[in-house]
Amino acid sequence: MSNLVIQIRDLIRTYEMGAETVQALRGVSLEIRRNEYVAIMGPSGSGKSTLMNLIGCLDTPTSGEYWLNGQEVSRMPDDALARVRNREIGFVFQTFNLLPRASALANVELPLVYAGVTARQRRQRAEAALTRVGLGDRMDHRPNELSGGQRQRVAIARALVNEPAILLADEPTGNLDSTTSEEIMRVFATLHQQGQTIIMVTHESDIAAHAERVVVLRDGRLASDTGRREVAA
Amino acid sequence: MMLKDAVGMALTTIRTQKLKSFFSLLGVLIGVTFLIAVVSIVQGMNVYMEDQFANKLVGLNTFQLRRMPNFTDASEEQWREWSRRPRINYAEADFVESRMQTPAIFSRFCSERLPLIWNGTAAKDVDVWTADAPMFRIKNLDIESGRVFTPQEAQAGMAVVVIGWEIAEKLFKGADPIGKHVAIEGLPYRVIGRMAKQGTLFGISLDKFAVVPFDSPVHRVACRSGFMDELHVRADNVVSMKAAVSETQEAMRIQRRLKPQQEDNFAMQTAEGALEGWNKISAILMTALPMLVSVSLVVGGIVIMNIMLMAVAERTVEIGIRKALGAKRRDIMAQFIVESATLSTVGAGIGVLTGIGLAFAVRSLTPLPAAVAPWSVLLGVSLGMAVGMIAGIYPASRASRLDPITALRAE
Repeated sequence: MSNLVIQIRDLIRTYEMGAETVQALRGVSLEIRRNEYVAIMGPSGSGKSTLMNLIGCLDTPTSGEYWLNGQEVSRMPDDALARVRNREIGFVFQTFNLLPRASALANVELPLVYAGVTARQRRQRAEAALTRVGLGDRMDHRPNELSGGQRQRVAIARALVNEPAILLADEPTGNLDSTTSEEIMRVFATLHQQGQTIIMVTHESDIAAHAERVVVLRDGRLASDTGRREVAA
Repeated sequence: MMLKDAVGMALTTIRTQKLKSFFSLLGVLIGVTFLIAVVSIVQGMNVYMEDQFANKLVGLNTFQLRRMPNFTDASEEQWREWSRRPRINYAEADFVESRMQTPAIFSRFCSERLPLIWNGTAAKDVDVWTADAPMFRIKNLDIESGRVFTPQEAQAGMAVVVIGWEIAEKLFKGADPIGKHVAIEGLPYRVIGRMAKQGTLFGISLDKFAVVPFDSPVHRVACRSGFMDELHVRADNVVSMKAAVSETQEAMRIQRRLKPQQEDNFAMQTAEGALEGWNKISAILMTALPMLVSVSLVVGGIVIMNIMLMAVAERTVEIGIRKALGAKRRDIMAQFIVESATLSTVGAGIGVLTGIGLAFAVRSLTPLPAAVAPWSVLLGVSLGMAVGMIAGIYPASRASRLDPITALRAE
């Protein structure tokens, strides 16, 4: 149990679209262990974005249970979810989602601001995180002064700075060329080796191939789950 | 999230969007400018009126017994009634002086605008005062060189004159005027003293006058024989002055045999009375001011609210990012309220500066004085901050209620 970071049981999410009810997730169960590297795949409309939003605590399920790092988060109110996102989840987005007017350092410090960390500690930890992704010499640059790969590395530093339980990446290479994509995948591989749990949503199979386990969704249900690590006896 | 971070974020926004920020805080800026400038001018005027106008023109602890009040508005009817009143005569002045229990000094006074001529040069429109010797003390007139009249000169009504600083400049151009003879109404007057410079009041020179003994020959043109324009009285302090005023009133009523139901047919002009007109104007200004200020602040607040609503709409993705990274509702709320308050406070701060600037401009370009009141600066800045906070509530609450998924998808 303590080795499980994510435990999802019969997760259902339906949306009301006018008179129609759309069933985005029709009962998904999934367990992810500490230090797993999981890719979630599926065609558009398969429910992978919905699952990602639920795993990221940006949304709550219609029914079912979701335990994240020992906490039942599926019934939490807004502010409690905000706290969970801040402490347990590090987001990496397709469009980087950096604050354009803030320096790399300020962007990385942002989760620490909401965690109530003092300015001095924030700076130290943000500098360490940027150094970890190889941007120790670009800390005062703004996003528009950085290349796509550098921007995504700032976003990764921001995701890691609070030492989250999971790194949750949504199409992390979707806006990058193949060379830069490989570069980002190498960063992920290193983080994985260092013990980080990584969940990555992607529709590109060559990107998914970097993960050790691939979960495929189809029509709101789990279609396949390959490469799952066997529990040591 | 800590306040310092929120203020820092707000200042960054202002710095990066200077022009937009400037326009959005124009309303608050104008409101606070008004507040500071008007209060400064009113305060300056208050100080000026009390120190300068009242004390120089009327005199400290001083009042004048006159036929009618001075420095005041009156209806035509009122004016006609005043004009029918008898002038103050010598017997009345003597009676007032002899009955006075309160320590006081007295001087009879008449004045006339006359030219002073020396060596072919004329100083026109000089206020020539005919007065008794205590007048110099009553009016706090300092002698720069020479002396005032002796009791003998005053008694005999000798043709001697103490001239104002500007007259001496004009006629003698730096040369020593003492002992020279100037012609007033065709008769030579020996200059025995020159008064120290007093400066100007509302741009009018206070040094363009001359004082001669009350009974000197000029008296014929300045006053009707046996009468005076004013009896000046000076007591030691405000309290004894008030006592002297009521003693004077009593003496005059006895001397003029006024019945209890009859009103006074004379007036006692005090510095306080002279300030009455100004006090009315300043009261009107101070009543109108809050209305002017609140109108501009309300307009300023609405503008800021709109700018903040635009900011929330423009920065939807940013709000989504912040929420994804762990910002709670109250963090987002605080961010936008602090931003709005900071914006507005910066506007108020600039308003304080322009207000002070305006006040000083008025002071240097017009004879009106100005003194910045510290409380108005404090009030201006606090009002600015309050307007910003109130104007920020609605946009901030909209921002805080955004759904993070929808916000992240917005472009």
